[in-house]
Amino acid sequence: MKVLIPGALRSYTEQGEAEASGATLAAVLADLDRQYAGIRFRMIDEQDRIRRHIRIFVNGGQVRDLSRALNATDEVVIVQALSGG
Amino acid sequence: MASVRKKTAIRKSRRVVVLVATRKGAWLYHGDAARKNWRADGPHFLGHVISHMVLDPRDRRTLLAAAKTGHLGPTVFRSTDMGKTWKEAACPPAFAKAADGTGRSVDHTFWLTPAHANQPGVWYAGTSPQGLFRSEDGGVTWAPFSSINDDPQYREWMGTAQDGTPDGPKLHSIIVDPRDPKHLYFGMSGGGVHETVDGGRTWRVMIKGMDVVEGFGFDASKPTFHDPHCLRMCPGNPDRIYQQNHCGIYRVDRPSDTWVRVGKSMPKKVGDIGFPLVLHPRDDDTAWVFPMDGTRVWPRTSPDGKPAVYATRNGGKTWQRLDAGLPETQAWLTVKRQSMAADASDPVGLYFGTTSGELWLSRDEGRRWTCIAQHLPEIYAVEAAAL
Repeated sequence: MKVLIPGALRSYTEQGEAEASGATLAAVLADLDRQYAGIRFRMIDEQDRIRRHIRIFVNGGQVRDLSRALNATDEVVIVQALSGG
Repeated sequence: MASVRKKTAIRKSRRVVVLVATRKGAWLYHGDAARKNWRADGPHFLGHVISHMVLDPRDRRTLLAAAKTGHLGPTVFRSTDMGKTWKEAACPPAFAKAADGTGRSVDHTFWLTPAHANQPGVWYAGTSPQGLFRSEDGGVTWAPFSSINDDPQYREWMGTAQDGTPDGPKLHSIIVDPRDPKHLYFGMSGGGVHETVDGGRTWRVMIKGMDVVEGFGFDASKPTFHDPHCLRMCPGNPDRIYQQNHCGIYRVDRPSDTWVRVGKSMPKKVGDIGFPLVLHPRDDDTAWVFPMDGTRVWPRTSPDGKPAVYATRNGGKTWQRLDAGLPETQAWLTVKRQSMAADASDPVGLYFGTTSGELWLSRDEGRRWTCIAQHLPEIYAVEAAAL
């Protein structure tokens, strides 16, 4: 599935979009980390919580639970929250 | 214990590079042999919050930079070519995952210390919230060091994020005894001073003689209420350690474990409150501090708007004001605890960086100051390394 990558993380992916697969959001993030080593820890902390200034949307709806089930046609958008900086 | 002045043979001075970590990136300032002309190399990691950047003195080639951005989690960057190229740590400092949901997460790596000279590639890191980590591969991978990160007693002493400094409680001032790689110290902002002599298997608290803030009924026997800001071990005498504490300036001479407040002889109008503390590379009686206003709401700015460095040449018995070249009035400078450094040259060069983005230098041990860079972002840390 398509994953939109925020500007702050493009040093890892070099593109604004990445392809990743997985049955859950956690699995998709793990796949991203497999392709772009270190990217997951910048978004998800060591207790598997989404970091405070990161937001993740699936098909336009915000998701806070990494166990959220995903389909191959879902669109995942990772953004920097309007905070931080 | 009588002071020891180690009359080490003065080596030929090496060129100095000043490593400046800021809220918006990092800079390297390369000095010429006379420390008169400085070439800026930067920014590195523009926009990243760089808490600390350190050159490995053991190889004078490896640079580590503790970084995060406003939105992203923390990491450590590593360079082996003086900053031309950088690689991210494969496994930056991170707490262990807790099954019961009480686990903490590292907000940022705050302090980097290279380990003993006989342990090439080994580093220590202190984090915010307080955690102690170690790398054995030059900063590529990091793991929790010793038991303190999750030890129930240490977790109690560490308190919570609300007990810490404005941007989070910190583990800092990791010190390695040059005589013994197993002998370490560290401080915690809210948490006191701690020592190990067995490589981290066991730790002891070292807070005797330290004051706590008066008037609130704080129990001085509890490490939680102690706030060391910066600890430094004398390079010329590892048995002497100076401490800039929330409550004043202290010194301990081992084997005693009782801190003595040597800041009481500072002028009353200035006080002995501050954050950074820097030691002479050879003379254990000489130290420099940058006093700041710790009254009422804790402005943390130069007292009365008149910035000065203060020096002692006799272990803290007396202090001298050194302000030639610094602004004389309406200059409200703040210097963070890691933002003051000394090189090993003769005479010693001193450097400090302000939160207003100024980098100051003295080539003569503080007698005269010159501003060598302005308009930098908020400076978080300054190190002076010999090349």
